[in-house]
Amino acid sequence: MRALRNAAALLVALASPSLLEAQTIAITGGKIYPVSSAPIENGTVLIRDGKIVSVGANVTIPADAQRVDATGKWVTPGLINAATTLGLVEVSQENQTRDASANAGQDHVAAAFTVWEGLNTTSVMIAPAREDGVTSVVVMPSGGLISGQAAFLDLVDGTVTDMVVRAPIGMVGEIGNKASAGVGARGELLVRLREVFEDTKSYAKRKADFERAQTRDYSASRLDLESLIPVVEGLMPLLLRVDKASDIDAALKIASEYDLKIMIVGGAEAWMMADRLAAAKVPVLTGAMNNIPGSFSTLGSRQENAGLLRKAGVTVVLIGNGPGDPDTFGVRNIRQEAGNAVAYGMTWDDALRAVTLTPAELFGVSDRVGTLQAGRAANVVIWGGDPFELRTLPERVFLRGKAVERTSRQEALGRRYKTLPPSYRTP
Amino acid sequence: MRYFVFALMAAAACTPPATTQAPAPANASTDSKDSKNRAGAYSTPNDNPFPSSYKPFASRTTVIRNVNLLTAAGPMVRGGAILLRDGKIAAVGATVDAPADAVVIDGAGQYVTPGLIDTHSHLGVYAAPGGRGLDDGNEATNPVTAHVWAEHSVWPQDPQFPRNLAGGITTLQVLPGSANLIGGRSAVLKVVPSRTVQGMKFPGAKYGLKMACGENPKRVYASRGPATRMGNVAGYRAAWIGAQAYRQRWDKWNNNKSGDPPSRELGNETLAEVLRGNIYIHNHCYRADEMAQMIDIANEFGYKIRSFHHGVEAYKVADLLAKEGISASIWADWGGFKLEAMDGIRSNLALVHAAGARSIVHSDDPSGSQRLNQEAAKGMAAGAALGITVSEDEAIKWITLNPAWSLGLDDKIGTLEAGKNADVVLWSGNPFSVYSKPEKVWIDGAMLFDRSDAKEAWRTDFELGFVPDVRGGSR
Repeated sequence: MRALRNAAALLVALASPSLLEAQTIAITGGKIYPVSSAPIENGTVLIRDGKIVSVGANVTIPADAQRVDATGKWVTPGLINAATTLGLVEVSQENQTRDASANAGQDHVAAAFTVWEGLNTTSVMIAPAREDGVTSVVVMPSGGLISGQAAFLDLVDGTVTDMVVRAPIGMVGEIGNKASAGVGARGELLVRLREVFEDTKSYAKRKADFERAQTRDYSASRLDLESLIPVVEGLMPLLLRVDKASDIDAALKIASEYDLKIMIVGGAEAWMMADRLAAAKVPVLTGAMNNIPGSFSTLGSRQENAGLLRKAGVTVVLIGNGPGDPDTFGVRNIRQEAGNAVAYGMTWDDALRAVTLTPAELFGVSDRVGTLQAGRAANVVIWGGDPFELRTLPERVFLRGKAVERTSRQEALGRRYKTLPPSYRTP
Repeated sequence: MRYFVFALMAAAACTPPATTQAPAPANASTDSKDSKNRAGAYSTPNDNPFPSSYKPFASRTTVIRNVNLLTAAGPMVRGGAILLRDGKIAAVGATVDAPADAVVIDGAGQYVTPGLIDTHSHLGVYAAPGGRGLDDGNEATNPVTAHVWAEHSVWPQDPQFPRNLAGGITTLQVLPGSANLIGGRSAVLKVVPSRTVQGMKFPGAKYGLKMACGENPKRVYASRGPATRMGNVAGYRAAWIGAQAYRQRWDKWNNNKSGDPPSRELGNETLAEVLRGNIYIHNHCYRADEMAQMIDIANEFGYKIRSFHHGVEAYKVADLLAKEGISASIWADWGGFKLEAMDGIRSNLALVHAAGARSIVHSDDPSGSQRLNQEAAKGMAAGAALGITVSEDEAIKWITLNPAWSLGLDDKIGTLEAGKNADVVLWSGNPFSVYSKPEKVWIDGAMLFDRSDAKEAWRTDFELGFVPDVRGGSR
């Protein structure tokens, strides 16, 4: 109910901003990491009506501003976890709460699948991430050869429309996963991909013929082909889940053949292809908490992956690859990934960028989120210290200028059972 | 040093209830000889048919000085030193006498802890790179498979072993999976290179028995039963009723030796040993209400539960765990993947600790086990957020002393105290920092991992040729 009420309130607010009393907040005294520029000691972040209006050491604070003292604290943009199924998968063993994978049918192509439209905005997995300083996520579909489209969301209470920062931000596909693509061999998977791209190009040119049934049969449905047009035109990124170095090679080859704008997701062995990826300007979304040769596609897994890629000049976004369901329950652990990336060779500044500005830039939303700059949404976290240190607590989280309350189930359970036996009264 | 052999002869000869094992002095090498060929004597005619052949690796007398020692046995010793000699910790303190022949390592203000211990591992039984060929963790052919032993699935060439060593893990308990109500015996292993599993077995360690509550067994056996939680409980009780009868038959025969001995049943041999107190129960159980039921079942049949594993709701019955003396092997930060795991919270470790029960950070994951220290840090932070202060001196026990206790090895490992095995980790910084890594790891005084000497790092047979050689990196 609370979420519905908030959603309603937000809609009213959006519809008639003049009715909303100007909410001005000044976060003062902290060490500010704008990410877009050098850190500012003893700085101020001024927020008005959900947006950052100024950041600096000499910000004039309006008299009506609510002051938040951040002396001795670290202030960063809200963190971004760029590979999640938040709101798509709640209890993974319960099929009724699993909405990340389309039934793509015989062709294993679900390009038209707009995964965020079925997102559960009241999933109990959302609040813990938000309370721990993750203010934005990318939600991605999975499965098939082409899984569907991804979206960039702010973790606000409300409807999906309220949450969406940008959608779609890319098409998701898989290379190297034979079972998922419904093929018998890796090479066959590439043939299928080419067939789908050829069909898309043909369909794009001959839509009228298609409607009159005057084309050959295509290997994917009309809606899927329609959705793939921006991909083959190089306008929409194709996010390819791929781990093995030879599969990354194949991905680069296909991208070059069709002039696709690709990104690598997972990329366990990407470090072995670092120079090629840098030369092709292909970004990699990967984690820093897995060194297990857990399959024949990930024999080269190592925790230095992200750091080595950065050193080679590859654009790197840090995502979860540690234990604990990093795309649902463990979305908040993106800062642990960043800390481990630093422990294994990434610079601290690069790691912070890789969970804030870099994903915002890659997905075309850096004018909205990812930095502490005037004009950006006021997604701001005040940390007790270094945000990557696990003993550091996020002390205040602001999402579009609104203070995040610690209302998650997990919080409520902890409070309820702090004293045994529990009273069962409002914790 | 005494090792407790799994000798049951004296116990079985006593008048019932014969619940305690007779500690027999023996060392690691006689461990194997003493326990052979007791055919026909008791319900476990040979209680140790796969004896440990572990021998400590070559070691040198070593002093690590100028370090902060988180001993798990008292307050941190700042700027202190530790002496490792003949495989044991010989001294810990502000200063130690360094023998002339000792290797002296200046820790430069870094940290030293006991070797870390993971009570819930599937290394070797779910070996990397996985797939059908290495899927050896669940004998999911019957809901009660007390007759299987995890060690018979352990592949010593699992490349996850050296990675765990590099994460500071020196001892781990490998468990069968959780498909079954009673899944089989665990194996307590040292994380050392070996051609055989026997060469990894912790000499004198008791076996554990894996039991599992809740969703997994009822899901796996839905079509043949148990298909419900009440079916699960009926299944445990039926197994223990059978085991009680089996034990009585053998105890009776052992007393009068008249006639032919009863026939042997592998599964009941293990269960009878649990009833005699010689094998520990490690019980996969998520929900508080089910833990309470498992405790009642244990009381009904007269055995003790040593540790509840996963226990995402342990905090709801932390007082009960404290009263019953049951440890909680739990995650700092995992849950939600099934309904019985929905109530996992980060403050679980701190809440259980505050109630006076033993909190243990376990992994159930080959990657997570490499960062038990980081998980403990999360548990401390979550406690702090809830107003529960857990000091570093206490939190270090979550990954050292408390797991040692749950394996019955707290007299040998788990603290930095004179006389304990020299299982020691030198960290690059405070172990509760995300940036700290184990620099050097010793097991029984032998340095088996040294991040600064990458060329010598342990690579399993599997890794040769299959896995890129990146030694010098993370492992």
